[in-house]
This record gives sequence, structure tokens and C-alpha cells, in this order.
Amino acid sequence: MKFFVIVDVTLREGIADPEGATIERALPALGFSGITDVKAGKSFRMNVDADSEAAALEKATALAVRLLSNPVIENAVARIGN
Amino acid sequence: MARIGVVVFPGSNCEYDAKAAMEQLGAQADFIWHTETDLSGLDGVILPGGFAHGDYLRPGALARFSPVMDAVSAFAAQGGSVLGICNGFQVLTEAGLVPGALQKNRGLTFLCKPTTLVVNSTTSVLTRGATVGQELSVPINHFSGSYTCDDETLSRIEANGQIVLRYKDNPNGSRADIAGVSNEAGNVVGLMPHPERAMSTLLGSADGRVLLASFVGLSVNA
Repeated sequence: MKFFVIVDVTLREGIADPEGATIERALPALGFSGITDVKAGKSFRMNVDADSEAAALEKATALAVRLLSNPVIENAVARIGN
Repeated sequence: MARIGVVVFPGSNCEYDAKAAMEQLGAQADFIWHTETDLSGLDGVILPGGFAHGDYLRPGALARFSPVMDAVSAFAAQGGSVLGICNGFQVLTEAGLVPGALQKNRGLTFLCKPTTLVVNSTTSVLTRGATVGQELSVPINHFSGSYTCDDETLSRIEANGQIVLRYKDNPNGSRADIAGVSNEAGNVVGLMPHPERAMSTLLGSADGRVLLASFVGLSVNA
């Protein structure tokens, strides 16, 4: 079976996020208020051949840890998408 | 005569400068295409600057899976001297050969300018010919050069003398002003500044010579 999997990669707690900080600083000039704690990250979408959702997630997680994220500074979470 | 291999990835762009610098120091330097896996007979390996594999995903993320990198890891494990400059440093961190990681610069600007480095440790192959506290003018040329690591790693590399170079005036937000780090043994070193572009006073600075002379095994303190 084919499963649509989304992998979200975010910076680990305590790691500086210059992109998120820059976006947040730009918000008042754009007229947005009440938006805080902006974090930048990456999202990867893929189709995974597997026998079950759990197996698909396991496969995507292995890829996420080995390549899609740098575990020194990032966390990666795989989820089934719609 | 020292024999140095300069690895060329698709997207490397500082390999000629690195080769020329090695030759100026009396070493023999040869290019090694990233698909090669035989590093026998070499005294040192340089991963040069550039944009290996387009820097897609993260700088160094794809390059670490180039076939040559298994050979570089094995070479390093046997005590061989390995130097990663700029993008080469990013490849070394992605490969786990030196601690930490490199993020986008604080301020999100590409930086291309001279910096003053301070030698912090002389236990590495890159700094063994320098003296602690020595100041060196070496240019930087990067977008993702902000060094980061967790608290535990920072304490460990500080205690082990693995922080080999610091910026005098931190240009990019690097943690603890770190410009270059080594592995625990000191035979693998990565740094963001470009010593191969500081080989001649006529072109701005010759302060890279002391670093690269150390790397090729000369005891020259220029």
C-alpha cells in the first residue's frame, strides 16, 4: 500500500532560529499583532510503500533521522497526511 | 614532500585555491573526485569550500553521502590529517567527524570580508605551528557559518582544547565565537574562514600560511 507521509523538521529547543526571529520582527510593520514565538522549519511530503501505517512511518522516520534532519540541531517527526 | 588530496564535489569552487596554497607550501596536491574511494598514499585530505551538491537540504547534507566520504572517515580514523574549509567544514559536521553544526548567519546576510581570528588551541593539525593568542587576518565568505552545539558539547570541546580558532569580533552569531573546531584527537579540523585566500600580503593577508603550513607538516610560523 501507498501512504502519504509528511515529515516536519524543526529546530531543537535552545537552538537559535534566525529565520523565525526575523519573520517575527517583520510582523508589526506588516500590521500583524498578537503573533509570537514564530519558528521556521521544513516540511517534506512523500509517498511511502509499506504494509501498514506504522511501517510507513518507521521508514519515513529512518529517512528523516539519516538525511532530512541534522539531529545535532533538529528534531524530525513523521506523520500520515491527508 | 607531503601529498595532499583536495576532494572535489559537484559544486565545490575553492579547490583550485586550496591546491595552489598547498603547492606554494611545497606540497603536492591532487584533485580527488567525490566518487573516488581510494585515498592511499595521501598525507592529508582537504574538503574545500563551495556549494557541494548545490547545498540542497542543508549545506553538506548530501555531500556527506558522496562515496569518497566513507574513505575520508576511514582515513581520519587512522589518524590521517583532514581539513574542511567553509563548505568542507559543513560537510565534516554533517558527517559527524567534528562536533556541532553550522546554521544560517545571525542577521541572515551573506558575509564576505576579512576577520581577525584568535588561536585558541595548538593541539590540532591546523594550529600546531601557531601560538595560543596569536591573531590572524583570514577572510570569511559564507551564509551558513554560525556555529552551534549543545551545552554539553560546548563544555566538552572547551575542556579538550577542540576549539582551535575563535573570532575576535564575532561576525555571524557563532556560539562562543567559534570559527574552527577539531575532533578529539586533533587530526580532523573544520573552520569557516578561508586560510587558502590569505596566502599573500599582496592580496590582503598571508596569515593563512601558518595554518596551512601546520597542516602540511611544516614548522613554519610565518
